[in-house]
Amino acid sequence: MSDLVTVTPAAAELIRSLREQHGPLMFHQSGGCCDGSAPMCYPAGEFRTGSSDTRLAALTVDGVPEPVEFWISRAQWDLWQHTKLTIDVVPGRGSGFSLEAPEGLRFLLRSTLARRDHE
Amino acid sequence: MTRYDAPTHWQSRYDHFIGGEYVKPHGGRYFENPTPVTGQPFCEVARGTAEDVERAIDAAHGAAGAWGRTPAADRALVLNRVADRMQEHLQALAIAETWENGKPIRETLAADIPLAIDHFRYFAGAIRAQEGSLAEIDDDTVAYHFHEPLGVVGQIIPWNFPLLMATWKLAPALAAGNAVVLKPAEQTPASIHYLLSLVADLLPPGVVNVVNGFGVEAGRPLASSPRVAKVAFTGETTTGRLIMQYASENIKPVTLELGGKSPNIFFDDVSAAPDDFRDKALEGFTMFALNQGEVCTCPSRALIQQGHYADFLAAAVERTREIRPGHPLDSATMVGAQASNDQLEKILSYLDIGRQEGARVLTGGARAQLGGELSGGYYVEPTIFEGSNSMRIFQEEIFGPVVSVTSFADLDDAVKIANDTLYGLGAGVWTRDINTAYRAGRAIQAGRVWTNCYHAYPAHAAFGGYKQSGIGRENHKMMLDHYQQTKNLLVSYAPKKLGFF
Repeated sequence: MSDLVTVTPAAAELIRSLREQHGPLMFHQSGGCCDGSAPMCYPAGEFRTGSSDTRLAALTVDGVPEPVEFWISRAQWDLWQHTKLTIDVVPGRGSGFSLEAPEGLRFLLRSTLARRDHE
Repeated sequence: MTRYDAPTHWQSRYDHFIGGEYVKPHGGRYFENPTPVTGQPFCEVARGTAEDVERAIDAAHGAAGAWGRTPAADRALVLNRVADRMQEHLQALAIAETWENGKPIRETLAADIPLAIDHFRYFAGAIRAQEGSLAEIDDDTVAYHFHEPLGVVGQIIPWNFPLLMATWKLAPALAAGNAVVLKPAEQTPASIHYLLSLVADLLPPGVVNVVNGFGVEAGRPLASSPRVAKVAFTGETTTGRLIMQYASENIKPVTLELGGKSPNIFFDDVSAAPDDFRDKALEGFTMFALNQGEVCTCPSRALIQQGHYADFLAAAVERTREIRPGHPLDSATMVGAQASNDQLEKILSYLDIGRQEGARVLTGGARAQLGGELSGGYYVEPTIFEGSNSMRIFQEEIFGPVVSVTSFADLDDAVKIANDTLYGLGAGVWTRDINTAYRAGRAIQAGRVWTNCYHAYPAHAAFGGYKQSGIGRENHKMMLDHYQQTKNLLVSYAPKKLGFF
């Protein structure tokens, strides 16, 4: 499933930097207002996933020793299944409790229509 | 037309407001605060950490007892005086808020600040009128119910209406007798300090404490503190869940307002006559651009009945094209700047996915280039997509001036589409038929159904979400309950023992 979520070089660099500062990481895709509709990055285990969530990917990032899990709520993923996701990063400020905000950067999700010829 | 000057009343740097005075951040660090109007920083703001939050909670605990025992009449007087002071400085507050957030000055002058003023007055009145209750259990036994403040509460404020959202949370909490530790959004950390510069002398020290900083560094320690009795948050779902998670560790209540994907439904009879009502409905459609779409109840899905679909939509596109972009401090400007660069980028990413999914762009669809000093600001063209409700642009909160339009056959179809969403915060229903309005309004799973109006936020009308849009209600006296404990004194007036022992 890991091809559902990919990481741009800029996002990979930020993930490496956050890994050095905070230890192992995870993502949870947010919905709703304000900083929503964007991926939130936390220390692994900080956000408790449950049966309402699905793990879309365990991302392999160069320089990060362990996979970085990417989670989304099942209900939201039901509506997203036709798209592939790319984690990018842009200059920004503020993001709920996501780890990158103090860096002046913000993770951003870009989407493309999935072509699943094998399905 | 009036062009207001950029505000000059800012301090170059803001510290934390704790215990009635400004204190430097424990870590000694600050972050730059840019205006979305030009993208240029205009002040520095303290970068709070757990130590600052602890200090603020200490100050709040020091003040909470006396404030909670202050007679309701005196607390109400403080709120009314805050409102009066804001009224005296309405224009300066509006300019500050526009510079901070990027929204048009005509909105801050006519909506944000007047609503905030009225909100303080409303809760000043509500707390005066609030009564406990007594129940006569039997001839000798009476149950008295008293309202008691929770004590110290934490409030995390969003950036889309920095002053109004702070007021929505502050006014009921203070009226109910609580002391507050408030964290503004890091995107809009400064306007609350301008407000404090006007009203701080009215507030007993420690009753209101403001700690600035980033969510992860200052919001998290506030939300997870065992020393706050309740946390109120407006924002998005993942952070909302995280706040519930922290609250569960401390067994503390939360209120959450987490956004929506609000349907705005236009029945055929709207177009029965080319009159004021149809004109009002077209304005109602165009409300998706209010506050640049950065409203939790943005009417971002327009559902238009098939019988007048083409004509109404054509008129709606025309009305949308008349939206005037421009400098937010220009009184003729109808749509200003998005609040931050990342917000701009997120909106552009949704314009991209909308096109990929096959939605048709009827107007707009790109970043707006306004030139001059605004070229560094964050502007988006008001955009209308036409597509189907399964598309992501119909299902996710874009938080920009973007509406996605589709058609429906009849009332049942409208309700089905309207409810086909994870959220349930707001909705709009437009019809000349009171029965249709009533049936639709009751069937839509949302906390607020505007009927033949939209984007009105008067105090005394409850506001809050169904489904994943959150927990609790704001804007109404019932909000007092969210900031109060119930104390029951169960009193026996019988002189004789029960006889068990």
